[in-house]
This record gives sequence, structure tokens and C-alpha cells, in this order.
Amino acid sequence: MDHFARLGLPAALELEPVALDRVYFALQRQWHPDRFVAKPAEERARASTQAAALNDAYRTLKDPLSRAFYLAELRGVELPGDGKTIDDPELLMEAMEAREELHEARTIEAVESLAAKVRDDMKKSLDGLGSLFLANDKGAIRKALLRLRYLDKFAEEARARRTNLERAKA
Amino acid sequence: MSLLEIHEPGETPLPHAGEGALAVGIDLGTTNSVVAIARDGKPAALHDETGKALVPSVVAYPSTGGVLVGDEARLLLTREPRNVMASVKRLMGRGAADLHAVAGVLPYEIEPGSGETDMVKLRIGGKARSPVEISAEILRALRQRAEAALEKPVERAVITVPAYFDDAARTATRDAARVAGLEVLRLVNEPTAAALAYGLDKGSEGLYAVYDLGGGTFDFSLLRLEKGVFQVLATGGDTALGGDDFDRAIAERMLAERKKDGLADSVDEGAVKTALALGRQMKEQLSDREQTSGRLEIAGVPSFHALGRVDFEAMIAAYVARTIDIARHVLADAGMKADEIQGVVLVGGSTRLPLVRAKVAELIGKPPLTDIDPDEVVALGAALQAEALTGGSDTLLLDVTPLSLGLETMGELVEKIVPRNTPIPVQLAQEFTTYQDGQSAMAIHVVQGEREMVADCRSLARFELLGIPPMTAGAARIRVTFAVDADGLLTVSAEERTTGVAQHIEVKPSYGLSHEDMADMLYDSLENAEEDMARRLLTEARVEAERGLLALDAALTKDGKLLSTEERAELDVARTRLQAAVKGEDRDEINAAAEALETLSKPFAERRMDRGIREALSGMSVSDLESRVGEG
Repeated sequence: MDHFARLGLPAALELEPVALDRVYFALQRQWHPDRFVAKPAEERARASTQAAALNDAYRTLKDPLSRAFYLAELRGVELPGDGKTIDDPELLMEAMEAREELHEARTIEAVESLAAKVRDDMKKSLDGLGSLFLANDKGAIRKALLRLRYLDKFAEEARARRTNLERAKA
Repeated sequence: MSLLEIHEPGETPLPHAGEGALAVGIDLGTTNSVVAIARDGKPAALHDETGKALVPSVVAYPSTGGVLVGDEARLLLTREPRNVMASVKRLMGRGAADLHAVAGVLPYEIEPGSGETDMVKLRIGGKARSPVEISAEILRALRQRAEAALEKPVERAVITVPAYFDDAARTATRDAARVAGLEVLRLVNEPTAAALAYGLDKGSEGLYAVYDLGGGTFDFSLLRLEKGVFQVLATGGDTALGGDDFDRAIAERMLAERKKDGLADSVDEGAVKTALALGRQMKEQLSDREQTSGRLEIAGVPSFHALGRVDFEAMIAAYVARTIDIARHVLADAGMKADEIQGVVLVGGSTRLPLVRAKVAELIGKPPLTDIDPDEVVALGAALQAEALTGGSDTLLLDVTPLSLGLETMGELVEKIVPRNTPIPVQLAQEFTTYQDGQSAMAIHVVQGEREMVADCRSLARFELLGIPPMTAGAARIRVTFAVDADGLLTVSAEERTTGVAQHIEVKPSYGLSHEDMADMLYDSLENAEEDMARRLLTEARVEAERGLLALDAALTKDGKLLSTEERAELDVARTRLQAAVKGEDRDEINAAAEALETLSKPFAERRMDRGIREALSGMSVSDLESRVGEG
């Protein structure tokens, strides 16, 4: 059973966080091990397996980026593993320039403005993914996902840099 | 007419197992521990006779024998430092190799564990004892307190642990409970328990944070409360940061001041503990005073030390800044901003410090919540969860893994399998392959932590998957599965999948107890139970004998003339023998002497009885007679 089916959701990129929480909480109320403390070991084990599968599904689908990667995998889009070199020269150039900019940002405000730009970029990119999935354009999905993965990494680096600057200030 | 049965407290008939047995909530803290019970959704901490809820987490093995826990044990801290252990929680699940984290804090002799389990032991009270054994003593004392307060057997508990406790420490906590005869219904993270105490009472919803600065550990957690579901979003902390560090800062300052004044102290264990105790007192005073002072006496030489709040705050500023740093990281982890937090719950005695409150308020832009006693809030939440697990409730706790779990791969790098803040229970797997032709074994090294290199993470377990069929490099598919249960405890298994011949190995992380260790401890606790029982019987025999002696003396004073000189001499010898026996430790001798005296005094008692009857016949009432005997 795939993660969407487990939660009784349609296998689509569009997913309201509130709707996801609602089905997840309802199913956890049914299967969480805390509900089976006084039950026989066999039932407890079954509940624990169910709860674990629910948690895996929830964790995978909650974050839009991870959901997009999962859906692409279901559609049979081949993606290089995380941490492998970027094979798109355009993206490589973009990444190098952005990193240099971040490195030169000396104030919290400067870092924050870079981070905001990336968040905006990610949102647009994710929004655009929907139509690519509809068209089932595997090549375009792959290119877009690799770019999103890089943007996500960059956002993380920006957060770390921001934390460092805040600490230095405090 | 049927009468109600009334039993003495100790004689209440045991109910059927599980039926009348209550489940309590226990906050097993570094500095203090608390036990609480919830009924109908209302939690209450259980107090001792003097109304105190806090039991100092101090265990003493006094030179006179036996075990003391709590205030009594703390009194021995300075007098018999080698026989007393405080803050044992810091060592839960730690191996000797981890001790650099707490080096200098512990004036104890450390005995590195031997063999696979490698759990550290301490030489206390002349014997090597593990932190599990010592913690079990605290749990046993809490259990006794609960049973005395509730007048019912207590066999099940929800025990809280710091969210940041790693797998080994959680396992050690569970083991300690087992040694103390408690079934752990669930290990619950302390911040979650604290939120539970606040959330249920007030029906709060939204994003909350828990800032928990205890004696020895710090945790910061983000939780979302929604319609009875407590979802932990992210958590972070430091297992070796807490109020004890503040005490130590003051103690070190005082010792330095003495040195500057030319006092040549030999700073032994007793001196360190005296200075720490005084430091603690001064710290507490500075919460509601601007200035305090203390008198430190080492080896009979006193010195006086003044400390102002401003100086104190400067001394601890770095520690407090570190807690705020960690809080910022947790917020970043969850992708949240400080101003989204609706409230911060304060937990732990150290959050009474004005500096801590000010820094927390500064971080989130609003004053923290302090309605519930920060020392009791965790135990109250645990009690609520114990009630929910045994009696049923609509509340649901959804917890996460506090630390990432992974495997060592080529080049001593860590491959994370279960990232931190993953909801539990969870089961995640990853496939690995062989890197040599015909490779028939694979070493699997399980680590916990956020760092990239194995050396910077904590090693949990190592095992080898053997019997991989000969294949070319990269052909084998070895699936390694990490399963984390609802208590946050990890099980790792591995199997080779291509050949259809499944290899399956399960390991429990090390640093827990080996079966032999566990057996030893259970045996020890049985031995102690016997000792405890013997002590009680001895006391009972003494009390009984003394009561008999008093009665005899009264009778002799009144009716001594009923005895011949020989009879009186014999009786006096037997009386002296019993008096001597009562002062000794031999219960059998007390009983034998008491019996001999009773046999000898029988004729005397009969004669008195006869006379009593005669007196009654001559018009005296029985009550007159009794009151007269009483006067005698």
C-alpha cells in the first residue's frame, strides 16, 4: 500500500495540510500503541506496525518537497541519490553564484533577504510542478525536482548562517 | 447485624493483580524526583508526612548499613561523601568513554564496565554500583511513598525522561524501574508531560514551547496542541547542562576566594560537596534577593563569601545563552518563528531564576507560563498519562525521536536512517550492498547523533551480518531496518534479500544491562528485601519485650510480696536477661528471653489473678482494680 492509499488520500501533489492532519490524527487515535497498552501482545504488535506505517506516510507526505519526490518515485521518475553531483550545468552555475552571495552576506537582514528570495522561488517552482505532473512530463519533473532539492539545501545553509549571526550578535 | 471490616493499613488484603493496583506518574529527576497520581483527570503530587512533594534524588549507603533515599541521604552528603550519590541521572546509560562529558563533576571512583555492556559503575559505600541500581533505589522509595499515601499496591508507572535522552539512557531507565518492581507503562518525554499538565487543565490549542532547565539537563521542545492531540514537532537539548552547573560556578568561586585569601585547603570530596551545597543555597536565595552571603567551613576553617545577583548572573550568562541558542535551533528545525509560539511552559527549579525568565521572555516576546509549580509539573503530566493509559482517555501523545539514528558507512561517515524529529513509533529501512567480490559478512555499526562523522556521534551497537552468499561486489541487497517503539527504544535488524535466504539479526543497543547484571541486581534487591524484613521483625520483638517488661515492673511494684525470695531472685535474673537482649541485635535471643520470663512469671500472674478475684468479691469493681494496676 502506498502512503497516499494508507491515509485514504488521492495520489496528487495538491494536499491541504489541515486535511492531512485530520486523517492522520483520526487513524493514530485508532492505532497508536497507547490505545493498546492492556491488549494481548499480538494485537499490540499489529497496532505498533500500523502506527509506524502511518507515521512513515505522514512524515513523507507532510512536507511538500518530500511529497513531490515521493509522487515522482511512484510515477517512475528516475532521480539521482541525494548528495550526488548536479548534472545540470545551468543549475550548477546558479548554485555557485548563490552560495557566493550567501557567503558575502554580513548581516542578518542580508541573509534573510536571500532566504526570502529562495523561499519565494521554491514556492513558485512547487506550484509549477502540479501541471508537470498532470502532463506526466518525466524529464521536466526530474529537472524541476533537482533544482528544488538544491534550493532546499540553500535555504538550510541560509538558516545556519542566520543562526550564527544571531549568536554572534547576542 | 453485619459489621464493617476494618483493616490495619499494613493488613489490607491484596486485591487481584492489576485490579486495584494503581498507576502513578514519576518524574525521575536529576536533582529531585516526584511521584503523582491522577484521578478523574485531576493530578496531585504525593507528599510525605511533612507535606513535601520533592524527594531529593540522592541515595546513601551509610556506613551503618542499609540504604537511605532523599533528605536523609542528602544529610550524609558532607559527612560520608564516599557513601552518597547525587545526580546519578547524568550517568544513566553512559559508558566510561562518555565520562569526559561529566569529568570534574564527579568526585567518585569510576569503575569502567567490563565486556560488551560496558556500563560505568561507581564505587559507593565500598561496593561497585551501577547508575541503574542507584536509580532503582530512588524509584523504590517513590513507590513506597505512593503505596503509603494511597494505601494500595503500586505496580505500574509512567516515567518521564528528558526528550534528549538517548537510547541507552532510556533503556537504563526502564531497567531501573524493573529492578524497583515497577512495570513501565510508557516512558514519556518530560516536556511532553509538562505540556500535558498545562494543556488538559486549560484546554489550550496552538503552538507551545516547553523550556525545561532542571538540575542536570536542558530541553527545549515545540508542541502543537489540537483537539486532545499533543504533537511534538521538534525537540533539542543538552544532557549535561543544568542548575548543577550554577551551583558549581558559585562553589568554584568560593574555593578560589579562599585560595586567594591564603587558605591552604586540601579540597577533598567532602569539601567539594560542602561548597556545592552552600552554592545551591545561595543560588536559590538570589532568586528573590539582590544580595546574599554564605559561610563556608572546610576542615574547621571558616570563610565568608558575599554574592550579588548581578555578579551571579554574569557567572551563569554563558550557560543561559547556550539554552537560548538551543531553543533557536529547535525553532529553525521545525521551520517556526519565535513569535508563532502562543506560550512557553517553564519546567525545572532552575527556571525560577529571574535571568532565565527574562531571557525566555526576550526570545518569544511574551512572559512565560508559570501557573503550575515548575518542580511538580512534569510528574503531574506523567500521572495524567498513567491514568489515560490505564483508564482510557481521549488524549493522544504523538512523540518524535530526539536524535537521528544511523549507520556507519565507508570512510567513517554516518548514513542517517531515522532523522531526528521523526514521529514514533516508526520503522524505516535502507538497503546497502557489498563492496568486494565474494564478501560474506558485513559489519553494522549503529550510531546516534547529528554529526556527519562516526567519531562525533554516539555508538549504540555493533554487529555482523554473516553468511552472505558469495556474489560479485554490489550485487547483494542488504536491508537494514531501524524500528523505534513508542518509548523511543530502538531495535535494529538486517537481512540479505537477493537470494531469498533471509538473514535476520536483531540487536538491542549496548550500555543497557546484560542479563547477568540484571539478575545480580534483582538478587541484590531480594537480599535487601530480606534485610529490611529482618530489621522490621527485630524492631517488633523489641517493642513487644519492652511492653512486657513495663507490665511486669508495674505488677512487681504492686504485688511483689506475693513472691518468695527465691522466686523473686529467679524472676530478676530472667528480667535482666531480657533487658540485655533488647539492647542487642539478636531477635531470637529477645524472643527466647521473653518466653523464659513469661514462663517464670506465670505462677505470679495466677496468684495476682486469684487475689484480684478475691478483691472483686469483697466489693471492688474491675475498673477500680484496673485503674489501680495502672497507677502501679
